[in-house]
Amino acid sequence: MPASVFAQLVGLSAGVLLLTSVLLVWKRSLIAAARLLAVQGFALAALVAVIGVNDHDSQLIAVAGLVLVLKGFVLPWVLDRSRVRTGAVREETPLLNTTAALLALSLLTMLAYLVSQPLRVLVPGPTTAAVPVGISLVLYGFLLLTTRRHAISQLVGFLVLDNGIATVAFLTSGGVPFVVELGASLDVLLVVLILRVLTSRMTAKFGGADLDELMELRD
Amino acid sequence: MNAGAVVLAAVQVTAMAILSPLLVGLMRQVRARLEGRVGAGVLQPWRDLRKLFAKESLQADGTSWVMAVGPVVLVASSALVCVLVPLVGTVAFPFVPDDLFVMVSVLLLGTVALALVGLDSGSAFGGMGSSRHMTIAALVEPTVLVSVYALSIPVGSSALSAIVHGRLVDPASVAAPVSLLALVALFVAVVAETGRMPVDNPSTHLELTMIHEAMVLESSGRDLAWLELGSWMRLGALLGLVASLLAPWGIASSVTLVTLVVGVLALVVKLAVLGSALAAGEVFLAKLRLFRVPELLAGSFVLAFVAVSASYLVVQG
Repeated sequence: MPASVFAQLVGLSAGVLLLTSVLLVWKRSLIAAARLLAVQGFALAALVAVIGVNDHDSQLIAVAGLVLVLKGFVLPWVLDRSRVRTGAVREETPLLNTTAALLALSLLTMLAYLVSQPLRVLVPGPTTAAVPVGISLVLYGFLLLTTRRHAISQLVGFLVLDNGIATVAFLTSGGVPFVVELGASLDVLLVVLILRVLTSRMTAKFGGADLDELMELRD
Repeated sequence: MNAGAVVLAAVQVTAMAILSPLLVGLMRQVRARLEGRVGAGVLQPWRDLRKLFAKESLQADGTSWVMAVGPVVLVASSALVCVLVPLVGTVAFPFVPDDLFVMVSVLLLGTVALALVGLDSGSAFGGMGSSRHMTIAALVEPTVLVSVYALSIPVGSSALSAIVHGRLVDPASVAAPVSLLALVALFVAVVAETGRMPVDNPSTHLELTMIHEAMVLESSGRDLAWLELGSWMRLGALLGLVASLLAPWGIASSVTLVTLVVGVLALVVKLAVLGSALAAGEVFLAKLRLFRVPELLAGSFVLAFVAVSASYLVVQG
């Protein structure tokens, strides 16, 4: 693959990753969240595939397939199912209003670029230039986790965080061995499934999935 | 003195002065047809202007010279914006930089003039309109700056003519993800700045919801005509900027009779398409609550900011 095309493709998939995460913070609709997460999964899979094709690494292409199936289809589907079960449509009362959250995003993006500066100086290239996107995703994930109160939104934040970690891993080290990636992916799937069970239990017990309901311990 | 640049500037200002009322007429007509009305015709804004120019301007007791000077400043700033934005050609003056920052500050000059006209009459609605207008302007200007700045990074110059020329030479850069992000952000900013639909309803008759209309409520006759023409030229120039960045084809890079005619014709087509699309989109939108407008503008600012970050990524990559 020519170097300029490779740089363009890495830039494009990193751009889509960043755009979908911004939209995830912007939109409070939980229906849109599942779709955006699916798009984000496609972009991540595309990024992995591009790196794999460029490095002639057949294992990495297989990992791309795994990422596509898991993050593009399975996880968004599980998320949407649990949303349907709780009957929630929107995140009603986040701790931070949308405007403030969006402005926080621009600060977090700047922080990500500052933090990853040494890495980009160390190995200049299109992949390390995109590392700040991965770190931004991690920071956005933390923001979602800390400011959203609905259990499903927390799940969304967790998945964005995980996508960010995966992006940084693929961009810096050209991916982890297949077995490790498989293990990490299964872990994420398991966490999401457990949280889904937890959410449905919460809905059954309290009639809602607002995590503030869990402030008090009850017998 | 660069004679080509002078000719081009004269052509751009004349073309926009003639075309912008037609553009507004076209947008109203498209909207009317889509809503099932017959509409007043594309020429109606020109008829209104002719009527208003023939009338003397009456001023309320207690108004000051601001009421008379404001419209002139607005029209002058709009005309200057029309000169600075590469609408027909990319030949720039050697001594007046058609820089991004210059354009935004000239725009702001017109905004302030309009807001002062609204405040000067001392009526409640005018003041309310001015206050809202300034709030929105304060939120919009950073987005315009940042989004065009994102487009300027690949070219390495913040001169608008250089940016458009760069896109004309390298059409692949128009479809680059960074440029699309920045254009979306810029489009939202332009819609807010010119008081179009989700932010302000240009055809409203309810004083309480007005932004732009509230500021010109107390003006009449010639003054009103200048205010309207200034605002329309501003709308035309900003839409023209989006059009030039989105589709730089047909823009003259040298001044001859043929390139100028082609440039003007391309401008007419681009403005007509963009204006009709905007008007058609407006039919499907409801006006946003005023308190949710900052949300929309913060979103577009973040998009522009992300575009800037990502364009550094592409340049260094």
